[in-house]
Amino acid sequence: MALIRRDRAEIAARVAADIPDGSVVNLGIGLPTLVANYLEADREVLLHSENGVLGMGPAPVPGEEDPDLINAGKQPVTLRAGGCFFHHADSFGMMRGGHLDICVLGAFQVSERGDLANWHTGEPDAIPAVGGAMDLAIGAKQVFVMMDLLTKQGQSKLVAHCDYPLTGVGCVSRVYTDHGVFAVGPEGLFLVDGYGNSLAHLQAVLPVSLRAAG
Amino acid sequence: MINKIFASAAEALHDLPDGATVMIGGFGNAGMPSELIDALIDQGARDLTIINNNAGNGETGLAALLKARRVRKIICSFPRQHDSHHFDALYRAGEIILELVPQGNLAERIRAAGAGIGGFYTPTGYGTALAQGKETREINGRHYVFELPLAADFALIKALKGDRWGNLVYRKTARNFGPIMAAAARITVAQVSECVGLGDLDPEVVVTPGIYVQRLVQV
Repeated sequence: MALIRRDRAEIAARVAADIPDGSVVNLGIGLPTLVANYLEADREVLLHSENGVLGMGPAPVPGEEDPDLINAGKQPVTLRAGGCFFHHADSFGMMRGGHLDICVLGAFQVSERGDLANWHTGEPDAIPAVGGAMDLAIGAKQVFVMMDLLTKQGQSKLVAHCDYPLTGVGCVSRVYTDHGVFAVGPEGLFLVDGYGNSLAHLQAVLPVSLRAAG
Repeated sequence: MINKIFASAAEALHDLPDGATVMIGGFGNAGMPSELIDALIDQGARDLTIINNNAGNGETGLAALLKARRVRKIICSFPRQHDSHHFDALYRAGEIILELVPQGNLAERIRAAGAGIGGFYTPTGYGTALAQGKETREINGRHYVFELPLAADFALIKALKGDRWGNLVYRKTARNFGPIMAAAARITVAQVSECVGLGDLDPEVVVTPGIYVQRLVQV
């Protein structure tokens, strides 16, 4: 029997539902940016962008783009009333200083202890680029990862030890995948929400021991 | 009388020497001082070390400086973009040295230089390939990596408005590296959209105090 699978929009909505009103959140480039679509305007979740914005709003309507108002992915954005700008050292001080509540990142792999690999494939001809990934990984109070549970070849991306170069050590707390939500950390891997997949069914595709969340 | 306003970008960069370390503001195209970069290309200095968040994209600005083969080394956090082909080609040909720095460490190294700090311990990068060979230290149960300050001979930055004392205000996310690079360079050249009179900038909202800016050009 195939595992029950949720699509990217449903995973993004699941992440958004776990973000409390009043949180300060950084959404990484790529898949995590979808989460913004599910943060209802009546909830005050402040979005931080590493290039120097707190209170980032949605994309502007066509024709209203401002080249001086962009997000970390260099796409045009807007500013909510009450939002503000600051320079890069302040922006990364907010991360390292533990002032962000949650950041949501994509990943190649996450280990059962919460090690994160998401910046470099390690292939010899790849041009390395790290950006703010390592700062985000160690800075926010909670790091959520959004990724597919399995590679296209069917290999688990939740692993005992990351094969890819590390972004941060022991920094991830939760992993939101297409087949379930998992908690990782010093105690190992726990199932938070299997979307209807049984623990045994998920364990069958995982190379590390999975336990029910307490 | 103090008057830091220069008549042209060319005059403001006339003494930038070969082999100089040059900080260039901007995050992508926001805050990139394109007119100053064009003037630097015309000026002819070569063998440069460039400090920027990226490594240029498209055909203009920093990408054009790279294309002109004037950069020996680049210190940045995110060189790879969908249209960073000039950097990509130089890198693959082994014709440019890349020092890759996590973005927050890049910002803090620049800030440290401007503030006279001799280095700092940061948790960013601990346990990763980018901390290999660097001194580490455990402080209150957490692991840190020692990073050195990053100073420059020149900084080229873009601001919205400035006055003849060098006070600057910026526009939206174009601020990015401007304030910290201004403090970290021996000679900071700011291009502004508008030069205003002394007292026209509200002193409560001046972002970069004029002490950090040596030259100003209206473009």
